[in-house]
Amino acid sequence: MLGYYLRLALRSFARTPGITVLMVLAIALGIAVCVMTLTVFHAMSGNPIWWKSDRLYAVTMDNWDPSAPFDKKQPDLPPPLMTYKDAKYVAASGVPLRKVIMYPVDATLSGTGAAPLRISTRATTGDFFAMFDAPFLYGGGWSAAAEDPPQPSIVLSRETNDKLFGGSNSVGRTLRWNDHEFRVVGVLDYWFPRPRFFDLIGGSFQPPDDAYVPFAWGPALSLQSAGNTDCWKPETINNQQDFLASDCVWVETWMELPDVATRERMQTLLDNYWAEQHRAGRFPRPRNNRLTDVGQWLRDLHVVDNDNRVLVGLAFAFLAVCLINTVGLLLAKFLNAAAVTGVRRALGASRRQIFTQHLVEVAILAVLGAALGCLLAALGLAAVHHMYAAAHLGQRGGYQELTHFDTVGVAWAIVLALVATLAAGLYPAWRVGRTPPAVYLKSQ
Amino acid sequence: MLKMQDISKIYRTDLIETYALRSFSLEVTAGEFVAVTGPSGSGKTTFLNVAGLLEDFDSGRYELDGTDVRALSDDARSRLRNQRIGFIFQSFNLIPDLNVQDNVDVPLRYRGLAASDRRERITSALELVGLASRARHMPAQLSGGQQQRVAIARAIAGDPAFLLADEPTGNLDSLMARQVMDLLEQINEMGTTILLVTHDPELARRAQRNVHLIDGQISDFRAYEPRPAPSGAADAAGAALA
Repeated sequence: MLGYYLRLALRSFARTPGITVLMVLAIALGIAVCVMTLTVFHAMSGNPIWWKSDRLYAVTMDNWDPSAPFDKKQPDLPPPLMTYKDAKYVAASGVPLRKVIMYPVDATLSGTGAAPLRISTRATTGDFFAMFDAPFLYGGGWSAAAEDPPQPSIVLSRETNDKLFGGSNSVGRTLRWNDHEFRVVGVLDYWFPRPRFFDLIGGSFQPPDDAYVPFAWGPALSLQSAGNTDCWKPETINNQQDFLASDCVWVETWMELPDVATRERMQTLLDNYWAEQHRAGRFPRPRNNRLTDVGQWLRDLHVVDNDNRVLVGLAFAFLAVCLINTVGLLLAKFLNAAAVTGVRRALGASRRQIFTQHLVEVAILAVLGAALGCLLAALGLAAVHHMYAAAHLGQRGGYQELTHFDTVGVAWAIVLALVATLAAGLYPAWRVGRTPPAVYLKSQ
Repeated sequence: MLKMQDISKIYRTDLIETYALRSFSLEVTAGEFVAVTGPSGSGKTTFLNVAGLLEDFDSGRYELDGTDVRALSDDARSRLRNQRIGFIFQSFNLIPDLNVQDNVDVPLRYRGLAASDRRERITSALELVGLASRARHMPAQLSGGQQQRVAIARAIAGDPAFLLADEPTGNLDSLMARQVMDLLEQINEMGTTILLVTHDPELARRAQRNVHLIDGQISDFRAYEPRPAPSGAADAAGAALA
């Protein structure tokens, strides 16, 4: 019977092309707006390293002002960054499987024959690449031995390698990083975790850095953080050593703790360190040492703010309005053809068969609406992408990176259209099946 | 075969209750041709709708082929209607965007017959009504008489035991009406029981039995002299139960 119902649905569309187009447009518009909003929301709220997010922990310790929390809106949270000395201490621990301390610095690349390039660089420890599953196109990271004293090793992003070396394997080549000669040890493949969970301070949706050097180069060259540096107490800072010894926070600290036991050991280590420092006059606030997994980290730092949630709500409200209109049109259409339905009932169609026949018609509308909705959503997202790209003068990063219509978007569109439209069509299909046939048989 | 006992059907509004059928009893045996007559509003069409399982009734008992229809689910009633009953309406009620063949096909589809069986039945039915050559025509391309013959083909394609006809000649001229009645008589002679609702005394006279309704009840009054029963029809034909 399904084939028969499909044929009847197509005849029905041919009989009322105007209403059909209106209904498909209404569904498609509602779906497109929802899918666009959900695509951005999904990209913002998605956990980009879900497969190991319960092993990766941001480390934070509350060293802040005893009279005021770091963030008055979230007074129970410690600062998201650590002091240099605290970060160095926990990074020296043998408890974690991997550990990373890092901070972003601005740098200039030259010496490759190409024009000098202003780039963002991450001064980080060598576990960074394995810990965050950063894929290598050529070569690899550096060993622990290259960190202290720091060796002139550098890892380039694929885009930087394309600019400097035309995409060729540059491992072993030398270049000048901030006027110091460095040797390329690795080139990352395309890698763009959204959001950039390991460094949300500098912009949740910025691309990863252009280059990576051993952490110790930053302090050794007295490079200030290109991200945030927050201080709370008056301290005399005359030189780099004073700064490194201060209670200013500017180092991001992450650890890979593979199981609960390791995590508990790490927590104990932090607490013991806190107690020791507390006795020495530091950490004036109550003990608040945290190991925060990726999901909680994204929530704590408000990657998805309330505006986005409101926007998703509004998009669904718009979809509801579109569907209510579609229900009205469906009711009008089905009841207008109630005489024919009456004939079918007289000829032996059961209510269930009439219901199914009309539901098949609704399902086709849903599929057409989903297809058009996908197209409109793709066009809409492309328009938003170009708008943001133009605003950023063609640079990567920012909101335009969230506007890619991918398979997730298509899946959303199809599921949304089918579920929403079928739900909307249930009542009209049920209603027409309940229409008493005898009323229409005499009057047709 | 069709047995109604004390059937009542009431149409209710906020203000009034109208009895369309009041303690209505009738028994129709296999092969009969019964004309149901009566003035407008006497309950003829309501009777036909109740008999055809298109409308429920408020009280009484209705058995079709020995089955108490009141206890049946909508699915079962629809199946019974599809397999045992054919309808012919005054205004033909062909589906306008289906061609002749597809119109005749409708009840067969709901019966779930195989395509080859359906094709055979459609061809036979259209041949019987003389419209086999018009199978691909749309209803709008046919005259009123032809449309009614298509409706008859649709009604008999499933080989029903009952044919319920509601003023089948009401929208036709006298020549066409005669042709349609000839066709109904032919179908009746083939063994199909026919219940015909009509205003037309000429048509009623061609039935074997006349049931006259007044105010939803069977009246003793017989306006017309019925024709004799065809050979082969049940002996009980004409034995009205009022």
